[in-house]
Amino acid sequence: MELTTILFYFFSIATIGAAAVMVFSKNIVHSAFALMFSLIGVASLYVLLYADFIAATQLLVYVGGILILILFGVMLTTQGRSFDYKTITVNLVPASILSLGVAALLIFVFVKTDWMISEVAEPDQTIYDLGMLLMGDYVLPFIIAGVLLLIAIIGAILMATRLSSQSIKNENIE
Amino acid sequence: MINFAANTTYTLPILVHAAVPLTIIVVYALVAIWGERKVAGFIQDRLGPMHVGRWHGWAQSIADLLKLLQKEDIVPKDASRFLFKFAPFMMFAASYAAFAVIPFSSGYIGSNINIGVFYLLAVTSLLTLSIIMAAWASNNKWSLLGGMRSAAQMVSYEVPTIATVLTVIVVAGSLNLMTITEMQAGNDILGFLPNWLIFQNPFLIVAFIIFFISILAEAHRVPFDLPESESELVAGYQTEYSGIRWAMFMLAEYADMLLLSLLGAVLFFGGWNSPFGDFMSGPFWEFFWFMLKGLLLVFVMMWIRWTLPRYRVDQLMHICWGILIPLSFINLVLVALWEVIF
Repeated sequence: MELTTILFYFFSIATIGAAAVMVFSKNIVHSAFALMFSLIGVASLYVLLYADFIAATQLLVYVGGILILILFGVMLTTQGRSFDYKTITVNLVPASILSLGVAALLIFVFVKTDWMISEVAEPDQTIYDLGMLLMGDYVLPFIIAGVLLLIAIIGAILMATRLSSQSIKNENIE
Repeated sequence: MINFAANTTYTLPILVHAAVPLTIIVVYALVAIWGERKVAGFIQDRLGPMHVGRWHGWAQSIADLLKLLQKEDIVPKDASRFLFKFAPFMMFAASYAAFAVIPFSSGYIGSNINIGVFYLLAVTSLLTLSIIMAAWASNNKWSLLGGMRSAAQMVSYEVPTIATVLTVIVVAGSLNLMTITEMQAGNDILGFLPNWLIFQNPFLIVAFIIFFISILAEAHRVPFDLPESESELVAGYQTEYSGIRWAMFMLAEYADMLLLSLLGAVLFFGGWNSPFGDFMSGPFWEFFWFMLKGLLLVFVMMWIRWTLPRYRVDQLMHICWGILIPLSFINLVLVALWEVIF
């Protein structure tokens, strides 16, 4: 077996296994850490496809940013009681039917599609071309995405400050 | 499953290639722990370790390591066992993985990839997660408090670090650390100064100061050692750890310190370039100069540790969000303007 193939199967199994742990775990912090393994596995698969920039972005944004925020939220909202993070199962029957349907659809598409298989070749420079495209052909979507994120940040700050000023007022009344 | 016989020509060189930074880290950690105790001793007008190995206690860290290896591996009863056991190794793996893109000399770099610095910043973000993992899995309030502080601190100080690294990239025009080093060769500035980036653009001096403060915070060094401040949190996230797992934490912390110092040396002080032009250059001397620059920055970190008191949490956050982040972004614009004009 080729070393790359072994690595591919290793990371695929790790990704899927971690995802399964994430879904089935009763402890929400365990789920979050399982999500971390799953995301790292996906990043490794990107590396195997020679998409190094996407892989590093995946690590930086999802693992280094979003996941830490999730853990922070979970830990801070439960007021420090460290063993009360339980997940519960609701709507078991409709959810299973829906996911089985989606799975059937995906498998159907996977079998029916004519996959174009091309030999993987290591590109000389991924990030240079990416930068050229982002600043050239796709500059408008890039800027729009940036403005959208800015609006989201300003909105978040606005909501946070409004909440905290209200709680200060309440404290004063009491 | 792995056909080693067919792959030996392939696998063995890769493993040896990947193990080079490991040797450097382990030897450095032994020296640095001894060095830190000596520096602490001299700053406080003491002698520090003096007995083990006769000459100025040079074998003290080796003795400590042997002691740690023999200690009992204690896992608290209510700890989350898998995460508790896994966290120290993940932390070391994260800082070790980042060494892959550090150019130790013109002859050795782990992986000469185009996205060098970006990869380094992405991989080191795993450090934060492993600290939270250790903190939460210990099921101890000191650990959890330390972990929360550490996460808040590292996420915040990542912003000025990345902003200052970006400033250097604007000047250098590459993310590849080897290319950034190669373009700093020669001694042309004012006739004798080496072409290091810090001398090329006056605003990069400001960038370096911001960068150094941020890496102090990212490596949890005094005055930003709140996650493990021993006078209030026992030992922060390390409280429940003992033996070899605790040793892995220490190794990871020292490796992280060296990593960030070496990154500073590449970005601002010419990496493996000799300060005297062609004098004393060549792959081995380049390694010597590179480690010298990195270790000097590590020494400054130790010096600061025994000089300054610790900040409060609110001061820490104010320094980051109120001062360093706006300053680093203004500085980024100024550097870019300087590059356009000159």
